[in-house]
Amino acid sequence: MLRRELRSGKTIPAERFARRYMENGFKNRFLMNELKYEVRVMKRILTPEIIEEKRKEIYETIVDPTSSHEQKVTYLARHAENFMTVLDEPEELDELMRCDIDTRCICNLFEGDAPYRPRYICIDFPKFLREGSEFLQLGPAKDFAEALTNLMIMYHNIPSITNYPVFIGDLDELLGPYIEDLDDETVKKALRLWLTMVDRTILDSFCHSDIGPKASRFGYLLMEVESELENAVPNLTMRVSKDTPDDFILAGVKCALHSAKPSFANDEMFRSELGDDYCIASCYNGLLKGGGSYTLSRLILSNIAKKAEGIEDFKTNVLPHVCDVMARYMDERIRFLVEESGWFTNSFLAREGFVRRDKFTAMFGLVGLAECVNLLLEKEGCTERFGHSDRANQLGVEIMDIIDHFNKNHYNPYCEATDHHFLLHAQVGIESDHDCSPGTRIPIGEEPDELVDHLNCIKLFHKYFPSGTGDIFPVDLTVHKNPQYVLDIIRGSLGIDIRYLSFYASDSDVIRVTGYLVKRSEMEKLDAGQNVRQNTTGLGLGAAKNCKILDRRIR
Amino acid sequence: MAKATVNKIISFSSVDGPGNRTAVFLQGCGFDCRYCHNPETIHACIHCGECVKYCKPGALTLVEENVRAADQRTGRKRVHYDITKCVFCDECFRHCPHGASARTRELTAEQVMREVRRNKPFIRGITVSGGECTLWRDFLLELLSLAKAEGLGTLLDSNGSYAFSEDPELMAVTDGVMLDVKAWSREEHLRVTGQDNACVLRNLEWLAAAGKLTEVRTVVVPELFDCRQTVREVSALLAGLGCLDARYKIIRYRPMGVREEYKSLTPPTEEFLQKLVGVAVGYGLSDVVVV
Ligand code: SF4
Ligand code: SF4
Repeated sequence: MLRRELRSGKTIPAERFARRYMENGFKNRFLMNELKYEVRVMKRILTPEIIEEKRKEIYETIVDPTSSHEQKVTYLARHAENFMTVLDEPEELDELMRCDIDTRCICNLFEGDAPYRPRYICIDFPKFLREGSEFLQLGPAKDFAEALTNLMIMYHNIPSITNYPVFIGDLDELLGPYIEDLDDETVKKALRLWLTMVDRTILDSFCHSDIGPKASRFGYLLMEVESELENAVPNLTMRVSKDTPDDFILAGVKCALHSAKPSFANDEMFRSELGDDYCIASCYNGLLKGGGSYTLSRLILSNIAKKAEGIEDFKTNVLPHVCDVMARYMDERIRFLVEESGWFTNSFLAREGFVRRDKFTAMFGLVGLAECVNLLLEKEGCTERFGHSDRANQLGVEIMDIIDHFNKNHYNPYCEATDHHFLLHAQVGIESDHDCSPGTRIPIGEEPDELVDHLNCIKLFHKYFPSGTGDIFPVDLTVHKNPQYVLDIIRGSLGIDIRYLSFYASDSDVIRVTGYLVKRSEMEKLDAGQNVRQNTTGLGLGAAKNCKILDRRIR
Repeated sequence: MAKATVNKIISFSSVDGPGNRTAVFLQGCGFDCRYCHNPETIHACIHCGECVKYCKPGALTLVEENVRAADQRTGRKRVHYDITKCVFCDECFRHCPHGASARTRELTAEQVMREVRRNKPFIRGITVSGGECTLWRDFLLELLSLAKAEGLGTLLDSNGSYAFSEDPELMAVTDGVMLDVKAWSREEHLRVTGQDNACVLRNLEWLAAAGKLTEVRTVVVPELFDCRQTVREVSALLAGLGCLDARYKIIRYRPMGVREEYKSLTPPTEEFLQKLVGVAVGYGLSDVVVV
């Protein structure tokens, strides 16, 4: 093979070169030197000014008193990646993405410019516990202690955009079989230690575990321990179906009033869209187990609206154009990741079958629908507001229909898992967002007086987002005495195709920022200039300041 | 169709019975409890017009009464309330000299049901409260029948002044009653509410025995009556009837919303409240909460 390639005199892709090198490098060093491989053309020019700018950012990261060592390493790696210009980006991208924050229409959410691992990786944990891993030199897990240890080891070997695992398994299904012969106290003691280890070593709240829809002894014990611990990590979702017993949901509600988790997912809805093998990862993202998401970019609808003359212009020209640029940008990121980065051939996760390339998809995100609708209406001289008027909500629906239609007609060769289309995602926002609400949420401070009106508005939008959306409700303390109140709201919501709901007690220390959890007490420390363990605390603090998350209407 | 004066409808309530319920508050009450937290629901409005000038958004207006049938004007004035203009600032009834509210609507059971229906997927039932809801007995019967027919639960919140045992028709559509029990001794009850309590106590016993007692509530105001006696006697009675799973809600008196002249009453200490809980639990009650 090597000789044939040499004889042809052609250049070969870098990835193939890497493979040849593994096969022949050491014995045929001379020949290897002859082989020409394609040197990536740098697609964009980094001017000396840009380079100086980047060096400044690197310096700021190094001296930042509020970042921990691990956070700095992550940021520095990202800075390095961003010196690369290997993506063949759409020409129009720069003016839509690399521009001032008030005019930015597309945002890549800090994904680097040379993707070398998928954004979200959701591995097949049952297979891992069953078979072990050659790379990790672990055999099958035979008892509870081994299962917990093996999982912990695996977690440290799963990259993701955060460098930490965003999905750590359907814990009830994974661990339930191992506790059959153990008494409650033994299980709880082990779980307490293990969950504390998860919280103190996975330094990022975009880390999700799932339980349900079946009630299980493990599920109950897990929630009992979670409400004691009040940790921010891991995030927890209970899938709820018609068959989930009330009592299990109530245990979830009680746990949520202490620790702001679990959230409640509409199992029937996710299952009908993604099949039985779905999981909830990161914030609230529906993805396939044994797969994940290559990438996530988002439309900043509030800024896109600024570019339009009016509703018609927005619908027919501006929005479709931005969608098109973003989709092509995502296509290119995926191409690089799949064809060039080598992740899917080299990572042990792929090699040993813990993930399969054809179970990956990508997430087409959006934020700021509310502000977009309000601005467009203003341009037409109408003062009606999103969340409060049928006309405004209807415009929101029409905009979503356009995006949905666009996505269903966009073809990506590597998204076989989801019929070659991306999945829409109502992104939860980032701390620097201002005047831009997460996904399709009603802006904080503008929530309708009556919760019933709020729920009837969000139900219009949840159906568009198989890869995640959600709404959050702080509830009054008196609900501690009446958790059935929340149960009724959950049952009612899931019955009308609301996808995902989170609740927390209005006075609790662990609170839900936009999708992830943070501790109020940790935010206060950070605000006082100390560094804290989790990356997301900083995001939470930013959101508290810019996005008013502490001012949500209490229900 | 019978109409009732509806003070307000709360679409989602977490404090008016188990689960999420729509709570309908009717106007008027035969008791005059000194510590009443919503005294504006006690009396019927006499349309004196005093409150209109405090209504900045113009939700209240004084209009000439219209005798519909003959379309004649009587010359008498009425206060008209427009809910769409109301900002719920409470200024009107805070200034009412008659313990009433003009912020009310005359609604038929079907009209109330129409508002309940919007909430239907999210609620397990309705609770009719007041004021004293049983003052509107015919309306109540219609409303509860409608709600039952649509699969909703039905609870009444009552001061116990109505003889439930004598109204099987109403009880047939009522899942349960949440009963206020105040002072146990007749003298104290008279002093606190202006009324005798024989009927209240008969109701307590009858409802408990009939399996229609959802909850007993006692607002704890140590200065006004012997709260410990009430909790003890109620618990003993429930225990005697084997009615151990009815909720006993021990409510901390708070001056919020109470009329000026009675605001000086002292709220109970946490320690005292816990003692009361201990008493009830001691009799074997399984669901005792303090709010
Ligand atoms: S609510 Fe009071 S002040 Fe207003 S009209 Fe009626 S009785 Fe008079
Ligand atoms: S509560 Fe409504 S009716 Fe009463 S004064 Fe305020 S706005 Fe007017």
